Amino acid sequence: MARAEIAARTLRTDRWWLPPLTTFVGLLLISIYAAFRTFQGDYYWVDQYHYLTPMYSPCLTEECVPAASHFGQWFPALPGFLTPPVIIIPFLLGFRITCYYYRKAYYRAAWASPPACAVAEPHSKYTGETRFPLIAQNLHRYFFYAASILLLINIYDAVLAFGTGVGLGNIILLVNVALLGAYTLSCHSCRHIAGGRLKHFSKHPVRYWMWTQISKLNNRHMLLAWASLIFVCLTDLYVALVASGTISDLRFIN
Amino acid sequence: MSYQGKFRVWRGDDSGGALEDFTVEVNEGEVVLDIIHRLQATQAPDLAVRWNCKAGKCGSCSAEINGRPRLLCMTRMSVFDESETITVTPMRTFPIIRDLVTDVSFNYTKAREVPSFAPPKDLAPGEYRMQQVDVERSQEFRKCIECFLCQNTCHVVRDHEENKEVFSGPRFLMRVAELEMHPLDTADRVDQAQDDHGLGYCNITKCCSEVCPEHIHITDNALIPMKERVADRKYDPIVWLGNKLFRRS
Ligand code: SF4
Ligand code: SF4
Ligand code: FES
Ligand code: FES
Repeated sequence: MARAEIAARTLRTDRWWLPPLTTFVGLLLISIYAAFRTFQGDYYWVDQYHYLTPMYSPCLTEECVPAASHFGQWFPALPGFLTPPVIIIPFLLGFRITCYYYRKAYYRAAWASPPACAVAEPHSKYTGETRFPLIAQNLHRYFFYAASILLLINIYDAVLAFGTGVGLGNIILLVNVALLGAYTLSCHSCRHIAGGRLKHFSKHPVRYWMWTQISKLNNRHMLLAWASLIFVCLTDLYVALVASGTISDLRFIN
Repeated sequence: MSYQGKFRVWRGDDSGGALEDFTVEVNEGEVVLDIIHRLQATQAPDLAVRWNCKAGKCGSCSAEINGRPRLLCMTRMSVFDESETITVTPMRTFPIIRDLVTDVSFNYTKAREVPSFAPPKDLAPGEYRMQQVDVERSQEFRKCIECFLCQNTCHVVRDHEENKEVFSGPRFLMRVAELEMHPLDTADRVDQAQDDHGLGYCNITKCCSEVCPEHIHITDNALIPMKERVADRKYDPIVWLGNKLFRRS
């Protein structure tokens, strides 16, 4: 038996193409900004107020401004156009790329698989995440562990910056780690590890409680994904503007 | 407050068909199924449509309205403009029987392929006291009315007929998850999900969740948790290494 003969790719009359287009443009703009800042290799550290942009933290190579290397300089200066963040960016990028939300976002927006619900995808074959390379999405939890460590380092940086007083930059760094923290905690792998993998919640009251709290955050995972991503860029921009002397930091205490 | 509404309804069977135009009276408070019934009563007595409860609970009246998979009985006419032409078509993913009625037996086949609940063999009836927190997750999945709108919308089979063989679809992967999360189930659901039901084909794009009339969080609460369990079992090198080193099975 055959399917109903309907030639149209979709009969949807709403602007179904708008959300994937917005996602695509948003991710593209952020990628361009992040790539530019990564390879700029400058204006990541405000010496006067100890602001370090999260994009360069931890700064682990010998070309880092020594004061910005809170955890030492483990690697020699990188050759050519390479800059300190290329050491940590694979982990940060890996975390976002294998994130269940971003997967949905770019499968839809960049790969049109599907572009929107009940709109036919343009590919003739489809195997989903069953084979290489997409089967590697299953490594998400490892990126979650790595990103959690980087988050702790970002928190350390944000706290350390208070050593010189309090300015708008401090508040921005603080909001940034709060958003990153909420995004990381709301991760599906985190939810699974905290308690989701259990069969008997009643036998593990503490893990059940953690699971319920993480589930609440997890409900907002998409929102947190965007909020934290955009705010990282804004934080970085603020640090860059202050570091380059374009603007001066608004100080509240000293 | 009634008006003459413009409709396009797919008519035909497995040998072919087309959209046909109709003008039908629409009254305040009506749903699309009311219009289809009026169409049947006044202009197209042989129009085929499947329905039962008219209350969004039997899951019979699944179709596509302006290209969006929905229940005919739960789609209010008030969400459309009076001037809008409303297109009603059968679900695309399943073989057509006639007009708005499709053959959904794919779903029954897939349902039968999920091994049933397997409590411990030595457990006597009444011996186990179930705690609410232990069944909460399955209770969400139990709201399913088996409308198969999720199965119809999932691009894995909607756009790729050839995947029907290997992919059970969100409804039945959710059934596997329900059993996996049941405190008393002893069967191995994790390997089954990946190897027998095609969980890896799902790319978590959430269309099943988007169309579910019961608003079940199919992707977040069933499919992703199952993917995480599969990762525990199959793709976690640390777990794999532990098993190798300590010869756990
Ligand atoms: S989330 Fe997975 S199962 Fe649901 S519609 Fe998308 S691909 Fe299909
Ligand atoms: S999960 Fe939702 S969409 Fe799928 S069959 Fe059940 S009620 Fe329908
Ligand atoms: S699911 Fe998004 S970060 Fe893990
Ligand atoms: S007629 Fe029962 S769900 Fe619509």
